Amino acid sequence: MSDTHAHAIASDAHASGPLQFHLTHEHHSENGTLLGFWMYLMSDCLIFACLFAVYGVLGRSYAGGPSGADVFELPLVALNTSMLLLSSITYGFGILEMQRNRLRPMLVWLGITGLFGLAFLSLEMYEFLHLIHEGNGPQRSAFLSSFFTLVGTHGLHVTFGIVWLITLMVQTGKLGLTTENKRRLMCLSMFWHFLDVVWIGVFTFVYLMGVLK
Amino acid sequence: MFQVLVQKMFDHLDPVKLIFGRLTWEALPLHVPIVLGTMIAVMLGGLALVAVITYNRLWGYLWHEWFTSIDHKKIGIMYIVLGLVMLLRGFSDAIMMRAQQAMSFGANNGFLPPEHYDQVFTAHGVIMIFFVAMPLITGIMNFVIPLQIGARDVAFPFLNNFSFWMTAAGTVLVMLSLFVGEFARTGWLAYPPLSGIAASPDVGVDYYIWSLQIAGVGTLLSGINLLVTIIKMRAPGMSLMKMPMFVWTALCTNVLIVAAFPVLTAVLALLSLDRYVGTNFFTTTLGGNAMMYVNLIWIWGHPEVYILILPAFGIFSEVTSTFSRKRLFGYTSMVYATIVITVLAYLVWLHHFFTMGSGASVNSFFGITTMIISIPTGAKIFNWLFTMYRGRITFSVPMLWTIGFMVTFTIGGMTGVLLAVPPADFVLHNSLFLIAHFHNVIIGGVLFGLFAGINYWFPKAFGFKLDEFWGKCSFWFWITGFYFAFMPLYVLGLMGVTRRLSHFDDPSLQIWFEIAAFGAFLVLLGIVSMLIQFYVSFRRREQLRDVTGDPWDGRTLEWATSSPPPSYNFAFTPLVHEVDAWWQMKHAGYKRPTEGFIAIHMPKNTAAGIFLGGLSALFGFAMIWHMWALMIVSFVALLAVAIGHTFNYKRDFHIPADEVVRTEAARTTLLANHV
Repeated sequence: MSDTHAHAIASDAHASGPLQFHLTHEHHSENGTLLGFWMYLMSDCLIFACLFAVYGVLGRSYAGGPSGADVFELPLVALNTSMLLLSSITYGFGILEMQRNRLRPMLVWLGITGLFGLAFLSLEMYEFLHLIHEGNGPQRSAFLSSFFTLVGTHGLHVTFGIVWLITLMVQTGKLGLTTENKRRLMCLSMFWHFLDVVWIGVFTFVYLMGVLK
Repeated sequence: MFQVLVQKMFDHLDPVKLIFGRLTWEALPLHVPIVLGTMIAVMLGGLALVAVITYNRLWGYLWHEWFTSIDHKKIGIMYIVLGLVMLLRGFSDAIMMRAQQAMSFGANNGFLPPEHYDQVFTAHGVIMIFFVAMPLITGIMNFVIPLQIGARDVAFPFLNNFSFWMTAAGTVLVMLSLFVGEFARTGWLAYPPLSGIAASPDVGVDYYIWSLQIAGVGTLLSGINLLVTIIKMRAPGMSLMKMPMFVWTALCTNVLIVAAFPVLTAVLALLSLDRYVGTNFFTTTLGGNAMMYVNLIWIWGHPEVYILILPAFGIFSEVTSTFSRKRLFGYTSMVYATIVITVLAYLVWLHHFFTMGSGASVNSFFGITTMIISIPTGAKIFNWLFTMYRGRITFSVPMLWTIGFMVTFTIGGMTGVLLAVPPADFVLHNSLFLIAHFHNVIIGGVLFGLFAGINYWFPKAFGFKLDEFWGKCSFWFWITGFYFAFMPLYVLGLMGVTRRLSHFDDPSLQIWFEIAAFGAFLVLLGIVSMLIQFYVSFRRREQLRDVTGDPWDGRTLEWATSSPPPSYNFAFTPLVHEVDAWWQMKHAGYKRPTEGFIAIHMPKNTAAGIFLGGLSALFGFAMIWHMWALMIVSFVALLAVAIGHTFNYKRDFHIPADEVVRTEAARTTLLANHV
């Protein structure tokens, strides 16, 4: 409620005689879901901030083990990054279709988004398993602990995002593009793009700066 | 990471291990008489409670009217009941410590062996902060905020119920640790390397981690919920600078919750990884850094103390202006003081470990920011004093708590400023002086505020006032008990006695501990008086009945509706023109509407919250005991219930207009008969 609105009400009341102290019709406050979800995202962002800070502190504590330059394979990470970025674009196309109220094309775009997400996860899994196989698991050094945790937490988020995506595809498939479903799709959209932004941070600070000697 | 986890899980593909993990009969306290006695007493008490509920056929009522309720008032009350029950548990720990320290001198080793004593002080701290202060604060905010802003409920009613059950699930785990296994022996913040797997291989720290993680989800979600409620759902006309002071402090507290609790989640997750997966975040080998834990946990921990105190400041503001019959002095400065404290809350965390060795410049920065906090806080104290100045003060119980707070908190604040001086802190760090200081501000600030709030809003919640006599007894026992219990600790701290000791050699110290134990006994009388107060008030409820809905001649909107309020709070949404909205309505000769009622749109009850809470407790228990089969089952069930709940689209209904008419007509009759 802005101040101007409040004044408008107050002066309205003045204009029409004595002050009014209650509304005579049903009052509906604005839906707060998007704001609330945005706040949740910011709190999640703080979790990532902590993990980035931890990586900042421990990222060079190799404990005699390998450094980022030794273990990161940039071509693989580049491929991985493009999967995630493409998935954000396709989600955007999905939302465009949603705004045109076209259910089927939207579902197709969401499906493609999910596949890109899965591709991203598979590549990440491959990278992790490969590292562990080489004896460079999260237990090897503080650097690897913080690396696995930061990247793994992001991956866990993407996993939940995919579960959520499937749930929403089922729900919109069943009930169509209702106001409620559209709101949910918007929330997932924010979540998905947020993970993209976080990944850009991971890509830059962990991988690109990690391979610098 | 997953591989190791999987490897650990299937290390011994022994089905018994898979199901029971490391839980054996050994985990039950069959050989510790004190704990066994407590366990039997709690079990008998629990059975008696179940029997009474069953005998009176109350299960259906509890389930439909309370457990599955999404009414913010009922959830608020459930939070407060939870907090008060846990206060008894936390206080039992306190009085055991006081007794142990009073007798454990020289040849006498007291009655608590060290490993038990360590669990007691850890549990005391954890319970008092997370399961007493937080539920009480959240409960009062939940109950009061929607009423004060003229709303029908919070922004996300289901989430509210879910948050409560997550807090309850965390509480269940903490209580369980008393009887199955053990609790952490690490102190309330579980610093590594002591809390690492090498030094604490048993389940104690795992109980700590999972109870806080699960309750933390509830706290974070309720923080988001209340923030959105305050931002989006205020009655028309209530601009930010027309919000009641309590709503302002609650707004700032919830900002702090949303911005601080994720850090706790992250740091506890890292500690769990160290313990479960074998990572090296806080270990002493392979590059780990234990001081990073201390930094991170205090980045949450310092805002946490403001999360607790700000709503208490809000309560004092409401109480002071109501019982002085004056509008709050310096409303605007109070708002800005609150905001300044909110911001500064993030800039002082390092004062908890000046002795870490960050160097003079870093320590000076944090010392100075800490001292600066006393300026807005001092402004608040003056505002309350000026509100009282030339007011027509009624010395009712809430007002007594408020005055007791002003004196006590000022002393605590001054010792805080003393501790903020880094060179002084090097001497006083980890001494009983520190213990005295933070009890001085948490008891004298937070707890007194909560008691003022409970006495102040009780009639709104239940429709009758609390008995004044027993309330005053409680106040006087508490406040004298507090001074007896903690002033000696200042003395001992200055003499160099450190915290967390279960035995002393120097007999000259004993007298101070005996005085402190006497103080704890007085506090016990204060708590007993409060329980008697509830009982007596319930018995005398007809005499103490509040029919007007406005027993204190209040100033804010919650007093505009009946006591207890109908489920929809206000038949018509109020229009606000001033800070003291209800006061203005009364003085403008506002007539309560008696006709033209319309149907009211309300959210529907749901059992999803209690199921999710229960499954989370089960999941936590499985993680604590390494019961991997149960862990997988409960996790899948959690996910299924959560997703299943999202398929429920019919979450609201309309209270029909004639039901509103009936409810309001009953109130009209009641008012007419009593004026």
